[in-house]
Amino acid sequence: MTTGAEESMIRAVDLHKSFGAFEAVRGIDVDVRRGESFGFLGPNGAGKSSTMRMIAAVSPVTSGELRILGMDPAVDGPSIRGRIGVCPQEDTLDTELNVRDNLYIYGRYFGIARAEVRQRSEELLEFVQLTEKAGAKVEDLSGGMKRRLTIARSLINRPDVLLLDEPTTGLDPQARHVVWDRLFRLKQQGVTLVLTTHYMDEAEQLCDRLVVMDKGLIVAQGSPTELIRAHSTREVAELRFRIGEHEAVAPKLEDLAERLEVLPDRILLYTSDGEEAIAKVHERGLDPVMSLVRRSSLEDVFLRLTGRTLVD
Amino acid sequence: MELRPSAPTGPAGPTRVADRTGAFDGAGRLVDYWATVYLRTWKGSVVSSFLVPLLYILAMGVLLGGFIKGDPSKLEGATSYLAFVAPGMVAAQAMTTVFGEVTYPVMGMIKWQRIYYSMIATPLTVGDIVFAQLGFVMFRVATVCAVFLAVMSPFGVFASWWGVLVAFFVQLLIGLAFATPIFALTAAMKDESAFSLVFRLGMIPLFLFSGAFFPITNLSAAMEWFARLTPLWHGVDLTRMLVLGTVDVSMAVVHVVYLGLLAAAGWWLTVRNLQRRLVD
Repeated sequence: MTTGAEESMIRAVDLHKSFGAFEAVRGIDVDVRRGESFGFLGPNGAGKSSTMRMIAAVSPVTSGELRILGMDPAVDGPSIRGRIGVCPQEDTLDTELNVRDNLYIYGRYFGIARAEVRQRSEELLEFVQLTEKAGAKVEDLSGGMKRRLTIARSLINRPDVLLLDEPTTGLDPQARHVVWDRLFRLKQQGVTLVLTTHYMDEAEQLCDRLVVMDKGLIVAQGSPTELIRAHSTREVAELRFRIGEHEAVAPKLEDLAERLEVLPDRILLYTSDGEEAIAKVHERGLDPVMSLVRRSSLEDVFLRLTGRTLVD
Repeated sequence: MELRPSAPTGPAGPTRVADRTGAFDGAGRLVDYWATVYLRTWKGSVVSSFLVPLLYILAMGVLLGGFIKGDPSKLEGATSYLAFVAPGMVAAQAMTTVFGEVTYPVMGMIKWQRIYYSMIATPLTVGDIVFAQLGFVMFRVATVCAVFLAVMSPFGVFASWWGVLVAFFVQLLIGLAFATPIFALTAAMKDESAFSLVFRLGMIPLFLFSGAFFPITNLSAAMEWFARLTPLWHGVDLTRMLVLGTVDVSMAVVHVVYLGLLAAAGWWLTVRNLQRRLVD
């Protein structure tokens, strides 16, 4: 009974979502395959969370076609939700219950037998490194621990697809790395991951393939390296001049790079050889306060495609 | 360990969660949640749920009632003020218990802890959630009213055991008739700021003027008719006729139908309002 269609975990065609007169999602096509790690990258308000909520079968589709595990969310909402895991952007844990009870009651919502839920809870606590906190109240946990608990909870039904909406937003760098490590392990185990993020480093680390969203539309898609190759140069030279000098200096640099971006705090020169570009800047008698060369990232792709930065 | 799920499903694949089997199944999956909540909170509710009603009985029924030598014909057939006020207070207690359960806790589950959002992310539906929560509210009403009725029994105010038994089930109906409309209201409210109005202009006037403490014939004619329209009066009158053994069948039917319709309409509205709130 395994057919080609079944291997498509999520398929959206011309998907729209409106809230009154506001169009949050304005016609997107998405196809997520089994075992893939798929990302929606974009700034706040791009329509990522609205898309995720439709995929999670908790927000009706306004128009277009959406199939999750081959099922229509308008018809088979409960069956779809039984086979996916959801890690929402805002925590929905019961903060007055302890860590273990949060997993237990959630597992029961899926109709999983009590003994089975207890066993899975212990395994998952181990997996997210919270075994020692099993008896602690959730309100006493750090943000990173709460996020790990939410991830553990989303795995209690052994989902076919795991949806993660901004999995590390609001966490400190160390806590982010712990979460990434756990998600990477899931990916290694073949779990299909679908995540939204406005962090390019998160998208680069975790996603096999991603779409860049802006204002409810997909503006580019591909693997992180494909996107960078297609929409940016190999290297970027970043220059910072004294406050107020950027607009005046920029015209003098235009011929040194394939493309130039002036941001409020720095100038970016897109070029295949950053060191050479910086050397030429100095040859022209210009004296930046700071200069560095780095590789292009998804941030640059986004800037190129939308004219805006991701995090503002 | 095996967390992973994405292997092709087959005989060795992950066990599939059984699809929903019926209306009670979804709500049944929430029993563990509500049991956990109750085990965590019951101690805190002991004073308000069990002790305060007894203090009312003692203060109003026994001590204040000792000054009241009413003619039974003026006390709706009760032989003492205690016998008159006790059934009224049971019904009023059913109401106040419900007000406490479907205002702030519901708003907390919508806005502060967002627990409803975790529930609808699973196979549960809004209908399941409402069903289970009303079941929990009914459990609270049942325990509170059972204790209340049990404590009153030594005071010799009950006409028959079966009347009291039926009166107990009537408390559940009263509870439901208040629970569903207020649950629906809470689900539609933006935040908790209007709850103080709900309590001060809704619950307290109902508590005082719906015939629990004095016969509503003592009110002015206009006020009396107004009182007759309130759900608590229907509950109080029904409870009192059962406890005192003064059952008027046609009036009893009116009370049951009134409360039943209110409960049903409120239930429908609750599911609709919560659906709109959570699923958009």
